[in-house]
Amino acid sequence: MNVGYQTARGASSDRLRRFLSGAPVRIVVLLIALVWTLPSAGLLVSSLRPANDITSSGWWTVFAHPFEASVWTVENYVQVLTTHGLGNALLNSVLVTVPSVVIPITIAAFAAYAFAWLEFPGRKFLFIVVVGLMVVPLQMSLIPLLRLYTQLDLNGTFLGLWLAHTGFGLPLAVFLLFGYISTLPGEIIESARVDGASPLTTFTRLVLPLSVPVVASFAIFQFLWVWNDLLVALVFLGTKEEVAVVTARLAALVGRRGEQWHVLTAGAFVGMAVPLLVFFLLQRYFVRGLTAGSVKG
Amino acid sequence: MTTSVPVESPRSPTLNRLTAGPLRVLVSLIVPAITFLVLRWAFIFMRDAEANKLAVGIVALIIGVGGVWALYLVTDNLVSILPEGIRESIRPFVFVGPALVILTLYLVYPVVRTIYLSFMGPRSEEFVGLANYVFALTSDDMLLALRNNVLWLIFVTSFVVSLGLIIAVLVDRIGRWEPIAKSFIFLPMAISAVGASVIWKFVYSFQPIQRPQIGLLNAVYTALGGDPQGWLVLKPWNNFFLIAILIWVLTGFAMVVLSAAIKGVPSELLEASRIDGASEIRIFFGVIIPYIRGTLITITTTVLIMVLKVFDIVFVMTGGQFDTEVIANRMFREMFTFGNFGRSSALAMVLLVAVIPVMIYNVRSLEASKR
Repeated sequence: MNVGYQTARGASSDRLRRFLSGAPVRIVVLLIALVWTLPSAGLLVSSLRPANDITSSGWWTVFAHPFEASVWTVENYVQVLTTHGLGNALLNSVLVTVPSVVIPITIAAFAAYAFAWLEFPGRKFLFIVVVGLMVVPLQMSLIPLLRLYTQLDLNGTFLGLWLAHTGFGLPLAVFLLFGYISTLPGEIIESARVDGASPLTTFTRLVLPLSVPVVASFAIFQFLWVWNDLLVALVFLGTKEEVAVVTARLAALVGRRGEQWHVLTAGAFVGMAVPLLVFFLLQRYFVRGLTAGSVKG
Repeated sequence: MTTSVPVESPRSPTLNRLTAGPLRVLVSLIVPAITFLVLRWAFIFMRDAEANKLAVGIVALIIGVGGVWALYLVTDNLVSILPEGIRESIRPFVFVGPALVILTLYLVYPVVRTIYLSFMGPRSEEFVGLANYVFALTSDDMLLALRNNVLWLIFVTSFVVSLGLIIAVLVDRIGRWEPIAKSFIFLPMAISAVGASVIWKFVYSFQPIQRPQIGLLNAVYTALGGDPQGWLVLKPWNNFFLIAILIWVLTGFAMVVLSAAIKGVPSELLEASRIDGASEIRIFFGVIIPYIRGTLITITTTVLIMVLKVFDIVFVMTGGQFDTEVIANRMFREMFTFGNFGRSSALAMVLLVAVIPVMIYNVRSLEASKR
């Protein structure tokens, strides 16, 4: 009786085990991957179809005759980049993103180094305050900053947006960089000091080069965060065509041209192209940056 | 001969300092002055320029990237001319100073200011007591938004974590296809919420009954015999169609992180349980889950925080209409559509108060896992 029970259970667990390592699991996973990809695939395919086709038949119908030249076009991309101002918006996104990544990393690296290796009064307390600021949702800052910006005439300027992204990204950046920099071997830093290197030299020649991995991870996280951000850009830059970034332009297009799918699909893909490139090229760092950065407030 | 070798001997340190001293002081004062002027000029140029876009762009990039470095180099240099006694006690503040200034300006001051504004009227001119909070927690509009936020919190978090976990376990067993399958499931994470919204607006797209459906969902639904639906105006189910978008975005993230954690479970532990005759299901709940508990907690809290502040998807998909309002979107509308800064600030406070406990828990467990 007891033995029979044991073998029965053993057999059933064996069957499950075989199932879990066999073809069915492979099929299930590939199905899930397919379902997850289908919406984006529909967007990509549609963005390459003539405007009339998009609204008169489903995007999957192109696969009936995929080799007929008349079912494909790049006209939508030409149109969104020129007449709908997404080309300009793309440039704006670059102008917003690069400094919004470099500035917080620089400032955070200097601060993290000081918190980790320099002695000054209030060091521990200040560090706790800085890290504690991670809890503040950036929504808290919008209204007071908007008012401050109006007084300083910073509304609608890139500088204002860089500084905003810098402020919002700093607590996490300091936290992450400190976590790494503080674990560098103390003997190296100490020997540099004994050799007469100033703190600045130690930082630029020794600490920074050693911190490249963590800097890269944070950079990718911050890049995606800034590039994909809508709220902060909307509040401090607005949707005016000269300054609006890709996400803000796209949101405006959705509002105004809700059913013009040839514009929306191509526009959305223009905005996705850069992060997707980063995603495929730097996937390993990307995962690390995202995991580390996910606690951002 | 030998004595003439040190002909080019360096000047004595004292002499060196005497001649170099004044020059150094001069340089140390002129360089910051020039830096300051350049930065100031660039600041005004960028603020006012309607000029050539590319020129502004290039100036912007140079200043943005180089200006910060110049700031540190110059101030460090300035500190170096100070008397030796106080020099080294001031230097650390050259390093942390800018971070502290920016944080004070961008986070500390706004928090204090928002607290203050949340007790004031629409234009922040008169004190209104708790009126804004009464609105935020009891008005019909806000009760709806709060209900929706709770729906988002429950459904997104539970689906993302459990789906992510299931896929992570399955994907671990498919051999060489694993990286590819993972990439495709993880990919939505790189897409902005606006981009994701366009993608899904297209999936949910609705055409009148005689016309061919171009939205995937209506195409499938009509093929199965249903009548085409306007999913996004279908109260109250439209909330779930929005929630599905965030699940789509975040599941890959949960999967990747949990998958890494599952791979960290020692194989001896799994082998030992298998030899003892434990079923796969028992191994999953008895060995794997306890082992990755820390990661599960981190993922759950992270997703909770992201969901709590959901804004972009609602803003782009429905603008909060058709009973799909959420707190963050309402906050944005109070500020920009209704111009009511008091209410908007009170809503920001609601978000802060809701985030704090989750965040503390998150940082705690992060600290604990490091030790």
